[in-house]
Amino acid sequence: MGEEVILHGTWASPFSCRVIWALKLKGIPYEYIEEDLSNKSSQLLQHNPVHKKIPVLVHGGKATCESMIILEYVEEMWPQNPLLPTDPCERADARFWIKFAEEKGPAMWTVYRTSGEEQEKAVKDTLEMLRAIEAHGLVDKKYFGGDKIGIVDIAFGQIAQWLGVIEDIVGVKLLEAHKFPRLHAWIKNFKEVPIIKENLPDRDEMMVFFKHFREMLLTSSRDS
Amino acid sequence: MEEKKGEVVLFGTWTSAFCTRVELALKLKGIPYEYVEEDLTNKSELFLSLNPVHKKVPVLVHNGKSIAESLIILEYIEEGWNTTPKLLPEDPCQRAKVRFWANYFDQKIVPSFYIIFGSKDKEREKAIEDSSQLLKVFEEGIEKDFPGQSPFFNGEILGYLGIVIGSHACNYQAVDEAIGVAIISEKNPKFLSWVNTLKNCPLMGETLPPHDKLVARLSARLKST
Repeated sequence: MGEEVILHGTWASPFSCRVIWALKLKGIPYEYIEEDLSNKSSQLLQHNPVHKKIPVLVHGGKATCESMIILEYVEEMWPQNPLLPTDPCERADARFWIKFAEEKGPAMWTVYRTSGEEQEKAVKDTLEMLRAIEAHGLVDKKYFGGDKIGIVDIAFGQIAQWLGVIEDIVGVKLLEAHKFPRLHAWIKNFKEVPIIKENLPDRDEMMVFFKHFREMLLTSSRDS
Repeated sequence: MEEKKGEVVLFGTWTSAFCTRVELALKLKGIPYEYVEEDLTNKSELFLSLNPVHKKVPVLVHNGKSIAESLIILEYIEEGWNTTPKLLPEDPCQRAKVRFWANYFDQKIVPSFYIIFGSKDKEREKAIEDSSQLLKVFEEGIEKDFPGQSPFFNGEILGYLGIVIGSHACNYQAVDEAIGVAIISEKNPKFLSWVNTLKNCPLMGETLPPHDKLVARLSARLKST
């Protein structure tokens, strides 16, 4: 696969990080383009006209959008260090959790972006998500992928760092260690994996960025 | 890869397009299965144990293991039985595009249909217009990503995207009759022509819920809301 790989992303985005982790775990060289979301590049808009979002992976000139679809593509194009299991039943289980992460994950961002009643509901939804993962996703497993991280661990990566940042900024503790022992242990193990450790955005920088962004969001929603 | 043997059971409801998807895939692959109609107002203990996270249909049970979520079940069927026809394209780039549009359909268009169904009068008019806009994006995107070919079929045979779109959209005439207004209009002529081609597929005709029965059920549902 000698064709050029380009990733359009943003440093603070967990969705962008998913793709970086996958590419690095597979040892795939790529060019990274940091997008300014207030001034999106013409290439980004051309490659993702439907959603106009990052991440976008461009391989040999062809674009793939949506982080988890990108990961399935990367898995198929570069089979080394597989992120999905080989057994169809286990693959179905992994995809179930990917879909779960996609459907329920936004709740934690609603906690971040809102206040009042809307935020209270989002807190409930986030807790429900965490409970389901704790009860069904990590039973007798160090990682979602088993003995080493896989695609589901990558999908849930935002819980490992971004959730903590949201909790600190908003001032609400959602993932209490004693209530979610499996998830708590998983976060610690996940962040110790060398590729993940080296490719997590700096937490202090995240705090500054997301704090500022939240203030802007809440101010503009008050003013509108 | 060996042929997978072992009992296949599908838990579903006859009105659910998500369940139709799975039946289409199983039939296309020639996989024998037992169908269990689940009463969603009174879910069985067995059913709840099979899908404890979401408690929804469809659920496929194969060799005692359960798989939930229609698109995931389709991928499982594709991988678990190495028989033709293939549901997904061979090329990874095409596969990504097909998955993208299936995702778009489920995330945006299906909910827009439900909103049309559940609203009335002016709200419904707006909902139809909103849905039409989403369908325009779909039409343009499909034409751009699959120039000169139908992504809904693999050759002559129904494929993954045809299964995903057709299961919902091919029921449009029944929905129109129940709500008294066109859910997919001439504003989306390409989408309508794709759906009508899918409707003409014999397998689609035998697997979709019977028209009159569906109209009766949808009308009853409307009256009760």
